Amino acid sequence: MELKPIYLDNNATTRVYPAVVEAMLPFFTEHFGNASSIHAFGSEVGKALKKARGQVQALLGAEHDSEIIFTSCGTESDSTAILSALKAQPERNTVITTTVEHPAILTLCDWLEKEGYIVHKLKVDKRGRLDLDEYKSLLSDRVAVVSVMWANNETGTIFPVEEMAALAAEKGIMFHTDAVQAVGKIPIDLKTTKIDMLSLSGHKLHAPKGIGVLYLRRGCRFRPLLRGGHQERGRRAGTEASASIVALGKACEMALANMPKENTEVRRLRDKLEAGILGQITHCFPTGDVANRLPNTCNIAFEYIEGEAILLLLNKLGIAASSGSACTSGSLEPSHVMRAMGIPYTAAHGTIRFSLSVDNTEEEIDRVIAAVPPIIEQLRKLSPYWGEKGPSANPQESFAPTYA
Amino acid sequence: MWEYSDKVREHFFNPRNSGPLEEANGIGDVGSIQCGDALRLMLKVEPETEVIQDAHFQTFGCGSAIASSSALTEIIKGMTLDEALKVSNQDIADYLDGLPPEKMHCSVMGREALQAAIANYRGEEWSDDHEEGALVCKCFAIDAVMIEDVVKANNLNTVEEVTFYTKAGGGCAACHEGIEEILAKVKAERPGMGETSPPAVCPATPEAPKPPTKKLSIVEKIKLIEEVLESVRPMLQRDHGDVELADVQGKKIYVHLKGACSGCMMEAATLGGIQQKMIESLGELVQVLPASHMPVEA
Repeated sequence: MELKPIYLDNNATTRVYPAVVEAMLPFFTEHFGNASSIHAFGSEVGKALKKARGQVQALLGAEHDSEIIFTSCGTESDSTAILSALKAQPERNTVITTTVEHPAILTLCDWLEKEGYIVHKLKVDKRGRLDLDEYKSLLSDRVAVVSVMWANNETGTIFPVEEMAALAAEKGIMFHTDAVQAVGKIPIDLKTTKIDMLSLSGHKLHAPKGIGVLYLRRGCRFRPLLRGGHQERGRRAGTEASASIVALGKACEMALANMPKENTEVRRLRDKLEAGILGQITHCFPTGDVANRLPNTCNIAFEYIEGEAILLLLNKLGIAASSGSACTSGSLEPSHVMRAMGIPYTAAHGTIRFSLSVDNTEEEIDRVIAAVPPIIEQLRKLSPYWGEKGPSANPQESFAPTYA
Repeated sequence: MWEYSDKVREHFFNPRNSGPLEEANGIGDVGSIQCGDALRLMLKVEPETEVIQDAHFQTFGCGSAIASSSALTEIIKGMTLDEALKVSNQDIADYLDGLPPEKMHCSVMGREALQAAIANYRGEEWSDDHEEGALVCKCFAIDAVMIEDVVKANNLNTVEEVTFYTKAGGGCAACHEGIEEILAKVKAERPGMGETSPPAVCPATPEAPKPPTKKLSIVEKIKLIEEVLESVRPMLQRDHGDVELADVQGKKIYVHLKGACSGCMMEAATLGGIQQKMIESLGELVQVLPASHMPVEA
């Protein structure tokens, strides 16, 4: 009998809830109109967009629904926010961010550096935490924007963005946060913070791919990325993706309703999974700030073996997770997040991220706890760094290549 | 997920000849834990005939690294050492019905382990002749070191030439920006060339200026800079713009573009033109940048 697959890669993307699909379908068929049109076909759509905007507003705790701008994805929201801050304040040429941001931010910042802007990337310690004194020392009147993720996608580590936004506001500096991993997993109430801009992505919270949001605080200076139409009050031209927007609204409403479960039941299953694995296997450890992270994420580094091989063997058993190893990305280096935390190479290549959702069951977690130890043992037997009972006495010396 | 062939999957899930080999008399270690893959190849060679009687491996690495190691041991068992030395990395990849381009280095590692193990058996020193750099062209698996070497050796100047010589960039074309960066880097390092400017702001200078007869004092330098700005000013004023010197920091000259020039689409071209004149007048390579690019700390 084929066992039901177990999906533990919800930080990569999530299943669209059936209720969300149901909500969006009429907007392909009977409500296909363009919200800009004056006739009845359009006005129905206009009403639906307004409702969705309100649903997103509620999840984010935004003060006004006009602060919600629909975009195509989290990456577009990130690019719009940072480029807008630079364009709107030409006298400021500096961006502050962190070394562990998503590539949507880091790649953009690398390009900005080539264009002549100055980018400061805040370092993290071995638990993935920022040094706020370093941050404070960098806040100056040349800084156009600070962009710090709310929660890290690989380790789930939560950054003190509310405190950091308040510090930036004191100096009159704009603050943006890439919150694609945090929205829907931890409570957010933007009206009580000094955060000026926030990015979210629909497909991380059980809405479809291809829809995102940029939250823009009323009064925050703004320059659009896309020009060409009056949509989103001229801040993001292009015909509204009405079906996807309706879907995102519904998903936000459900995320708000699921918030207690996410932080009790999902957290309990995550903790059980982590304890179950760490209790059975030697030479492995959780990465990131374990005491201060998303309730659904755990990232475990298995020493002396490589992540892709673990994933392939898990996949054979119907278990889906992800890895920070070099081989899964096609680059030759392990994840920039693991390197930023100074995780030794003996472990960085063997990091596995398990990310849960409210869909996961106790039975699934029990199956994973049973499946992981034999896989780790099998691969360690193959590893030249592993002896009969544990790592070779001195793994780095007993394996002495003529070529490295 | 990678598109692994059935053969790769099969060798990964059921690796042949894995684990230590007690009677090994030739051992080759290649790779390292830093690189993310490492392979120990152990050979049992019959001294009379030099036939490989048995071969085992231990591998730290991804699915295709383990499959390549397994395939290698199967290929070489029963071969003489001279025959085994003719096994290429392509032979290993072919045996597995191909590897994804990003994973070809796994087969290269197999061949290197084989050379190292045979050298070890024969009591020779083995040294590697391949340096692995960051993968630039994913379609043809060409790395930065390879491209840089070929660009230097053949004095290449364009992406198209690089494609002709290495295949890099001939597929999806996504790596053309990366190849351009390597070209710019090599160009900057060529004899006679000093510091060059980023192409986004100013076009690269075609040739190095003649060296100045004597080193300019900072006052002389600023006078010359002002003269150059004075000479371009009428041209800018015709377009309702203007330019003013903001600061000089080493080889970087910061200017304020004013009036119609400020925020103009042609800003980069304007600065490039001024930069060219500066280089000619000062006799050294300098960079002209908008004042907004001045470092914060300065």
